[in-house]
This record gives sequence, C-alpha cells and structure tokens, in this order.
Amino acid sequence: MTLIKLVWIELWNKKSQLVSSLMAIVIGIGVIVGIRTINVYSEKAVAVKLDNLGANILVLPQAASIDDYYTSDIDAPTIPMEYVERILTSDLKGVDNMSPKLTRRITINNKKYVLTGIQPKNEIASKPLWQTTGFGKELEASCAPSSGENKSHGYEDEKLKRKAVDTLDYSECLLGFQVAKELKLKENDTLKIQDKKFNVAKLLTETGTVDDDRIFVNLKAAQDLFGIPNQISAIEIMGCCNAISDGLLGKLRNILPDTRITTINQIVSTQIETNKMMNKTSIIFLIIILFVGSISIGNYMWANVNERRKEIGILRMMGTLKNEIYKILLVKATILGLLGGLLGYLFGTIAAYYMGPVFAQIQVSPIPIFILWSVLISIGISILGSILPAYFAAKFEPFSNMQEE
Amino acid sequence: MNIIQTHNLSKSYQHKDGVVDALKNVSLSVEKGSFVTITGPSGSGKTTLLLTLAGLIRPTSGSFSILEKNLTHVPDSELAYFRRKNVGFIMQSFALIPYLTCIQNVMMPLSLNKVDKEKQKSMAQEVLANVGLENRMNHLPRELSAGQQQRVAIARALVNNPSVIFADEPTGNLDPSLSLEILDILKEINQQKNITVVMVTHSPVAAEYGDVRIHLEDGQIISIN
Repeated sequence: MTLIKLVWIELWNKKSQLVSSLMAIVIGIGVIVGIRTINVYSEKAVAVKLDNLGANILVLPQAASIDDYYTSDIDAPTIPMEYVERILTSDLKGVDNMSPKLTRRITINNKKYVLTGIQPKNEIASKPLWQTTGFGKELEASCAPSSGENKSHGYEDEKLKRKAVDTLDYSECLLGFQVAKELKLKENDTLKIQDKKFNVAKLLTETGTVDDDRIFVNLKAAQDLFGIPNQISAIEIMGCCNAISDGLLGKLRNILPDTRITTINQIVSTQIETNKMMNKTSIIFLIIILFVGSISIGNYMWANVNERRKEIGILRMMGTLKNEIYKILLVKATILGLLGGLLGYLFGTIAAYYMGPVFAQIQVSPIPIFILWSVLISIGISILGSILPAYFAAKFEPFSNMQEE
Repeated sequence: MNIIQTHNLSKSYQHKDGVVDALKNVSLSVEKGSFVTITGPSGSGKTTLLLTLAGLIRPTSGSFSILEKNLTHVPDSELAYFRRKNVGFIMQSFALIPYLTCIQNVMMPLSLNKVDKEKQKSMAQEVLANVGLENRMNHLPRELSAGQQQRVAIARALVNNPSVIFADEPTGNLDPSLSLEILDILKEINQQKNITVVMVTHSPVAAEYGDVRIHLEDGQIISIN
C-alpha cells in the first residue's frame, strides 16, 4: 500500500464522479488543443501558400496602379534603383528576396507584348511556375518551415525551394509560353526588339498567368532599351508572412516614403487575421478553462473531501500527518490533471483532425509537444482548484469520524 | 510500569449554551498489560477520556503521559507519529476505509510506518489469519458481516504491534454472541501479547472483562476497581 495506490483506488472506486469532474477540464483542454492544432497548420499553410506565390509585397511608384505593374505604358512612372539598396542596407527583417523590375509595353509584328527587365540572381523564377524551366539556384524562404519540418507536418512542398535566375545575359531573353507560340520562336532563336537582338535563352512553360504574354530580359538591357537607366517600375519582395503581420509594410513605408507599397491582401490579411483570431480564441479559452476547470475540480474536491471526512478522520487517527493528507489530495489532483490533460489532448487532436479540413481547408496531424502543454496546464488547473479543499481537509481533527457516529 | 498516567486531566467544550466540562480533574494510572474498561452513563465523558488518552484530542488542563512520555503539549505531528507507532484503535463503527479490501485496510498502519511493501503483505496476512479471516483478505468491508468487520479492525489495530489498544464501544454494533467473540479476542490479545487495552463500554458484561474497571459520571471518576 502506497500513497499513490490509495489515491488511485479511491478514484477508481468512484468512476462516475471521476468522469464528471474530468469533463470540464477535458473539454476545455480539448478545445484549446483543437484550436491550436488547426492554427499551427493554418499558419504553416499560409506560409506555404505565400511562398508558393513568390513575391507577396509590391513596391510601386506613388502614382502607379497595379495595372501599371502588369502592363506599363511607355510613360508609366518609375522609381530609382537606389531604393533596392535602401532596403538592402536597412536592418529590416523578413525580406527574403527582392526582385526589381522594369516593365514596358512593346510592339512586335504589330502585336503588343509586355517586356519585363529582371535582375539576374534576384529574380525568383516565378513561383512554382518556372520550376520546370530548370535553371538557377535554389532560394529558400527564411520564415518558411524547413523541408524536414514540412515533411513532418505533411507539407512535402518542394516549391518552397525556388530557383533564382542567375544566368540571363545582357543579350538574352526568356519568352512566355504565349509569346513564343505567337512569334513561333524556340530556344536559341533570335528576337529583335526595337532594333536590338536578343537570343532566346529559354522558353517558359505555360503558367496561365500574365507571364505567358511576357518577354523577360536583363534589367540593365531593358533600362538601356527604354533609355531610363537606373529606373525601375516595381520591386517585388518575397516577405516573410510573420514579418508582414508584424508590420513589415509599415517599416518599408518608412524607408521608402514616396512609394506605394501593397501586399497580397486577400491571403495575407484574411488568413493571418483568421490565425490571429484563432490565437486570441485559444487564449480566451485558456482563461475560461482556468476558471471553469479550477472551479470544477475544486467543487469535486470539496464534495470529495466532505464525503471522505470520515476516512480522512480514520487516516488521521492512525497517525497520518496533516501534510500527508494535504499530499494525498494534491496527488489526487495531479492524477486528475494528468488524466484530464491526456484525454483533453486526445479529444482536441481528434476534433482538429476531422474539423481542420472542414473549417480551415487544411489537413492536420497530431502535434506531440501539445501533450506536454496539455498535461502541464491541466495539472496546474487541477492543483489550483484543489489547494483550498486540501488545506481544509488537512485541518480535520482525527476524531471527526467518531463524532459523526 | 505505568503505561498511562494522567494528572488532573480536564476537557471543556465551548457550546452555544456555555462551557461544557466533559472531564474534570481526572487522575489515573494504568499499568502495562492491564485490561481497562471505562463505563458510565451517556455524556459521562467516557469517550472524551479515551480520545484524550489516545492523543486524539487535547486536554484543556492537566497532563497525561503514555509510555512515560508526557504528550500534553507535544506538537500535532509528534502526536501523530506517536499514535502510528504505539497505538491501535478499535471503534464501534469499525472505522474501516470502505474502498480498501481487508488486507489493504490492515496494511495501512504499516504503510504509514514505511514498512517494506512485501513485508506489509505478509504481516497483514498473518494477523488476519490470527483473527480467522484468512479467506476474506480480498473482500471489501461491505462484503463482510459486522463481526468480521470488527475482526478486521482488530487485525488493523494489532498489526503494528502497539503498546496500547484503545477501543471505543467495540461491541456496540454487534449482537451478544458476536460481542463475546470480539471480547474474547481482545482478552486473548491482552493476555498473550501483553498489550494494554483500554475499552469504553456501556455493557456490564463487557466491563467484566476488565481487570481495571473505571466508572465515570459527569466527567469525574466515581470508582476504580
């Protein structure tokens, strides 16, 4: 016979009481685990989505519109190249990659196309879409989970590692799928743009985006072609999603006050706001469960202590010390907390597994570290609720059982 | 050797109608190995005297000692340690823990004294066999008759090999034949193991078992035979 065995036998003896007292704590912990699990995967999903989209921040001239970014007229406003340096020399965190661009509408064979000057090495091979093109070195988003983490969380997303164009010579160009088709050009052919000849280095695969109608040349070549040296139409920035939510845009605006800085609002704001809301919800639930769980366990303990008054009296009569009675009840609280935490984790994880795809359109898997948090929080709540009943129980006189005969 | 000694022991309770003097200047000595019975009408202070001698309640004034140790003013924890090592209890209501089996109930005092788990079991088995319950060891108290439950209580009181057993109306819930059976067991323990027994009883038959018979009235000793 040991202290823990005594407590365990007592708990097991009243299973229905045990279950009812655990209900509040299991549901509370379960809800927190469920929300947090979905939230973690939702954040990962946001990171992956943003990363797949590539640049998620656009720095445009103050007077420019988003349309200008896609199809700039010859007189569309520009910003100096020096702005890229400003960002590079700042202490901004979360800027994973910058891609300055000069975009202008041009005419070839009486057809209008968009020519975009890009800076080799900085240019992200447009998201997953240029992957099959097969050139360049890999870039990895700083905020994105590492490949190992991705795999562990079910995101085996090779697109996280994108390729930068590091080989686009001054006289080379890349052709969008539609352009190549219309101009009937293939690799190593020559394309004449405003009397300047460009060698077709690569043909891009079909993307279904504006890139299909674009011709990409070296940024310097584009600037020379249009006679606007050191000027660019936009800077595409691949920003870390967490940094964006932490105010990266505001910091950029401080560095580049006379520009227009926008982001992919739909994804960043909606999903990050949803994640923030879920974070807040889980904190609210944590506070509620702290109260409700403590009161529930405290109430159970109080009833249990009164019900066991005689038995506590017997133990005291036999020579059990006050602090041993206190310890017995706190061991009981710890066991309740442990059970509540484990069951709550199980409940929350199962709920998240089934609800994640329904409510957040994401697949979730169990997050093992949450077992530890569930158990610690649950034990904490349980002990918190049991301190007072245990204190009063320890003060019972050893003869209290006899007086009640 | 006097195993129990009291000097002007008094106990008063605060009641809404005033102070109730449950014990008034009780002085007595009990020799080791005695079988002491305490009788008296209801409210005479029998149980209060027993509980005070057992160190379960504090006297209001006076002093008492057991095994030549003055326990009047020792801290609660010391009293608890003293009880777990030297004292056994048998109560009218058996005072068994209902969710523990017979053997687990008997093992409790050993557990408090940090006796090795295996030894706890063998000691409890032995003492239960001595009171004729070798076939009821894994039964819960509610699965036993009143007489058997009281024998479990006796086994629990004995298992620590105490110097003194305090029994409060141990036959109060039993029919006459079972009462005699329990009293015989107590007498046997007293005589064979030389354990001092102090027993409170209403029953004149039970009182006859004592070789020292104390009669109380209104919190005072009227006679000691």
